[in-house]
This record gives sequence, structure tokens and C-alpha cells, in this order.
Amino acid sequence: MKYVDEYRDGALARDIAAAIAAEAQPDRLYAFMEFCGGHTHAISRYGLEDLLPPGLRLIHGPGCPVCVLPVGRIDDAIRLARDPAVTMCTYADMMRVPGSNGASLMKARAAGADIRMIYSSLDAVRIAETEPARQVVFFAIGFETTTPPTAIALRQAMQKGLANFSIFCNHVLTPVAMRAILDDPEPIAIDGFIGPAHVSTIIGTEPYREFAETYRKPVVIAGFEPLDVMQSILMLVRQVNQQRSEVENEYIRAVRPDGNVTARALCAETFEVRENFEWRGLGVVPASALKLRDAYAAFDAEKRFAVHTVHADDNPACECPAILRGRKRPADCKLFGTACTPETPVGACMVSSEGACAAHWTYGRFREHARSAA
Amino acid sequence: MTAKPPRRRLDIRTGRVDMSHGAGGRAMADLVAGIFRDAFANEFLEQGNDQASLPIPAGGRMVMTTDGYVVSPLFFPGGNIGALAVHGTINDIAMAGARPLYLSASFIIEEGFPLADLQRIAGSMGQASRETGVPVVTGDTKVVERGKADGVFIATAGVGLVPEGLALSGDRAEPGDVVILSGSIGDHGVAIMSSRENLAFETAILSDCAALHGLVAAMVDAAGPHLKLMRDPTRGGLAATLNELAHQSGVGFRIQEAAIPVKPQVAAACELLGLDPLFVANEGKLVAVVAEAGADALLAAMRAHPLGREAAVIGHAVADDQRFVQMTTAFGGGRIVDWLSGEQLPRIC
Repeated sequence: MKYVDEYRDGALARDIAAAIAAEAQPDRLYAFMEFCGGHTHAISRYGLEDLLPPGLRLIHGPGCPVCVLPVGRIDDAIRLARDPAVTMCTYADMMRVPGSNGASLMKARAAGADIRMIYSSLDAVRIAETEPARQVVFFAIGFETTTPPTAIALRQAMQKGLANFSIFCNHVLTPVAMRAILDDPEPIAIDGFIGPAHVSTIIGTEPYREFAETYRKPVVIAGFEPLDVMQSILMLVRQVNQQRSEVENEYIRAVRPDGNVTARALCAETFEVRENFEWRGLGVVPASALKLRDAYAAFDAEKRFAVHTVHADDNPACECPAILRGRKRPADCKLFGTACTPETPVGACMVSSEGACAAHWTYGRFREHARSAA
Repeated sequence: MTAKPPRRRLDIRTGRVDMSHGAGGRAMADLVAGIFRDAFANEFLEQGNDQASLPIPAGGRMVMTTDGYVVSPLFFPGGNIGALAVHGTINDIAMAGARPLYLSASFIIEEGFPLADLQRIAGSMGQASRETGVPVVTGDTKVVERGKADGVFIATAGVGLVPEGLALSGDRAEPGDVVILSGSIGDHGVAIMSSRENLAFETAILSDCAALHGLVAAMVDAAGPHLKLMRDPTRGGLAATLNELAHQSGVGFRIQEAAIPVKPQVAAACELLGLDPLFVANEGKLVAVVAEAGADALLAAMRAHPLGREAAVIGHAVADDQRFVQMTTAFGGGRIVDWLSGEQLPRIC
């Protein structure tokens, strides 16, 4: 496959692995956080850990939109979906995320709720157009990458005057979450960040400057292909070794310094920053999420259906919050692989393919067995 | 199928199935005669009884299987539900090393379904049946109210004969055995995806829908007792099949990603849709596990057959209490190939 296979070349990977092994100092540890679930997935799927020296640890970050959505918002979505007038449109990932008391959109659908899995925000607009008797709600989630498509859906709905379309907005912001990780009162040791890929195509490189300059943490923006990740790790090792902390861009084929100006303008016109938003793992983080601007209030599902989110606790045994902060690894959780598997997820990190637990369970759990057998 | 009625012509061009076509009266007799009997024509069906009376071949063991077909859409690049219903059931029979003998076919049709589509589907079944030499000897037709089905659902059952001395079974893989895949994976699933209306994307990929009993016969001849088991990786793809076999046999598998054939268009479509070809359904491929001593002969025989030209050794069985299917990625690292969790693609077959 042209322009994809090039970034999965095993021979090149061995070369980069050799360079990392040669340059990483044997007497020190390197801990790099990959913020994005897309990177977590690539690392597990291609078995990158097998190519890295033992002193180099990758810490999975909170950049999985499905994982960070708190139970209270899942409960809201399930409540909305149970309204007989409502057709809930959602990305498939959200279907199995557990809400309170074991509820999920999947179970709500089996019980009769009209929930449709869609691939594009514009599918939801189309459904609203073709089924005017239904109240179509689009369950919008994601970081800066998925916000512009929601903005376009919003604009289309307004242009078409669709009175039966609304958006349940859960879009969240990456740099704020990175700052929350670093400002944690008990911070974990992080020597640098593998910076977001797709998010950075929108926001550019500038928003990460504070992490390099103020927090003195190197950031290397990397694509989601395995060679991108390997190359970015080598670049991070070099920054650490040379005691530099800069924002570097490995993903130059897609990320411009100023990102996607058009997309950002569109989002700025349609969304504004919320005062507060709760994240699973990070708690309530000020100015960390978006809501619809007043000009679009008619399309705001929270206003149309009077949604008042109530905080709900995670299952107390579930370590998702600590895993999302990078404090624990999936295998540290007592539920991992016992009560919690992709078929019976207790926590959100086991649901999304970008979740740290799902990635480790699906691709990497043989390593524990190999270690315990050794 | 019931006794021969006086035939009246169906309005195939513009007609639709209505409730009377399932009511047991003249309209149903016309439908059976005008569509199914013509399409499937064979001496057993012509007996016209509620059951087919069949000769029992001597020697060996009988195998029997049944399968329901609910694929959406009904017509897809490279096939339709009719051809699938014949090939799929033949393949389930053939995976025992059996020669498929007879099929049954049951149709659950939604009120309003165009007769022209029904004829096209039955025609494909008839063609598949003639090409494979496996007659549809008995059948049933039911009509349900509009909205209670989705066009047409088909259930086929089949019986076949396993030659004396052959005992293929999913529990026979042993450490050291070689795993051979008959060709490229993911074609069927991607062909279906490409024709779903909410996803429409253009690809030249056709479903690999095919009957494998000819290939199987050549394999049984070539490998004899070295051949341990075969399975066709349909729903859940190659990943599900290898996990099933690992659990049934109590072994692990180690496979090489670079050895698994995937067509570039399939790889590209999967990339676009966020799917992994390992989990995507096939309808004309098989996985064989063979003792090492028979692997070369088996591979050569498979490659000599039109449906096994791209056959490849993809790995081997190992001792593993965890029964993991582990894969060395083309990138060089290791990973598990797990069961598919959840529903990747509903109504794929």
C-alpha cells in the first residue's frame, strides 16, 4: 500500500532501534508519555516494545476520547437515547462504554432505544433530514481532530434549518489535559512527550511550546505509523541526552506550525470553551472542553433536553483513572483480564481500541506470561 | 417442495412477493414452480414430496451442517446471498474432508420483495449448485410481513461423505504442525463493506465467495494422514479461526504477518475503515494444519489448484498453556492476535 507501507518498514525499524539502543545511556531511565491513544494502539499493535532498550519506558497518556469521558456524561447519553422521541447517533466506540450500574448504549439499544452507529457526523445530519419526525442527537466526542467535523455538521444543520437535529457536545482540549498531567500534585516522572499526530494537524506546533519552555519537557510531534513513533523516540532520546527541551515535529508530512487555520476558524465560530469539564482520571479541569456558542444554542442537546450532568463514580476497583494519568499500567489493575475484558469492560480503557487496557489486552498481554514463565 | 400444480406464469419483471406466496395455496405453488424448481432442477426435487428420498452412498461417515444467511446487502461485488448460501454450506461440509452430496434450502422472504431479485438469487444458487455438482434436493418457502425481515433470509443445510480413514478435527493440532492459508484474506468483508450504502467507497475488490470442496479433495489426496484439520475463516476472520483451533487443540500458534497474503486494495480499504484484515470475513479461503512431514506436498497441491494459487505457510503450532495466537509483525515486534471483540461488521454472511 503506497504511502503506508513505507512507514511500516521492518528493516528501517531495526536501523532506528539500533540507533536508539546505541544512543540511550545505559545508566539512566527514559520515560516518555505518548499522549494519544492512536500512538498507544500503534505501539501495541506493532509490538514496538520489543524493539526498545530495557531502560526506556513508554507511559500511556489520556488521549483516548472514549476513555476520558466520565461516567456522568455516558449516563446523560443513555438517558437521552432512552427518550422515545430521540434517535441517538454515535461513533461505534461509545456503544459499549459502561455507564452507571452496568448500563451502556448497547444495552439501551437492545432494550429498544433508537441508537444508530455512524461513521461521520454528516451521517447524523442526513438522518435528521430524511427522518423529520425523529429528534436526532449527535453524540459528539473527541479532541481537536474530531471537532471540525462536528462544526461542519452544525453549520449544515443550521443552513438546512433542521429543527430536529442537535449535538451533545463532549469535545475536549489536548494541551489542557497535558498541563493537568504535569500539574498533578504527585507528578509522575516524564522525560518527554510523543506529541499528538492528528490533533496537531489542527492545532499546529505552537500550543506545545509551554511544555518545552515552562515545564522543560521535550515534545516530539509524531505520526501514528510505527516508524513515526520509533523516529520520535530517537528524537526524544537525543533531546534528553543533549539536555534540550524543544518542540520538534517528526510529522512534517501532515503538521504545519500553524496547523489548519480554516478548521480552527470554523471551530472558533461554532464552539466556545466551557468553564469546567470533568475528565475520567483527571477530575474536573477548568477550561478543558468546548460547548456550542449561543448563536447555535438551538442545536445544543444539553439545552433542548435540559441535560444536567450528575457526577457518577467509577467502579472503585477500576484503575482507569490512575492508568489515564500514567500512574499505573493496565496489568497493575486487579480487574484486568479477570472481571474486565473487551467483552465485559468495567472501565472505558478496556473499550476503545485506543484505550491502554484494550491495547495491552488485545496485543501485548503475552508479555506478562512470558515474564512470569521466565 | 410440494406437488406439481398447474403452472401459471409469474410476473417476474414487475411482480413482488405478497403474503399469498407463503400461504400454502396456488400462489405459493406458482412461486415454487416458477422460481425455485426451475432454478434448482434435479431428479430429487422433482420427486415433489415433502422430503427428498436419497440414495445412501456406501462406506465412510456422514457429516451434516446448517447455516443461516442474512448478508446485507443481498447483492454485492462478486456474488449474492444465493451463491453464498450454497458455497458457505458446501465449505462447512468440505472442511471435514468430506465430499458434499446434498443441500436443502429454506427461504424466509419479506412481503414486497421483487420477484426479479428472488429469481436472480435462486438462479445464482442453481448455478452454484450445478457448478459444484451438489443438488438442492428439498426446500421451504415462508413469507413474513413487510418489516419483519430484510428482503430475504436463506438457511441451507448440507450432508456429505467423509472417506474411510479420514478424521479431520479442530482438536488435532499439535506443537510443530504447520499452518497453511489458501489465499489472500479479507476480500469478502471488504466487498460487502464497499457496497453498504452508508459507507459507499469504490474498490475493485470482489468477494472471494467460492466452493472449496475441489481444493479440499486435492489436499486430501496430497497430504493423506498428515492433514490434521481444516477450517474456513468466515466471520471473525483468520484471527477467530486460529483462536478457535488453539482452544480446541490446546496449543498456541506462532504466525508471521509478512507471510499472510492481503491484496493491496483490501489493505487500503481496511486502513481507511480502521479494520484489521485478520478479523475480516472470507468466504472462499481455508486454513489447514498439517504435520510437518506433509507440509511441502500439501502446499504444492494447493498451489496447483485455482483456489489455492496463493497458498502460503503462515506459521506453526507451539506448546502454550495460554493458547495464545502470537504474531511477529512485519515491523519486527510481537503481538497477540486475539479474538475479535464485539461486532466488527454485522450481517457479513
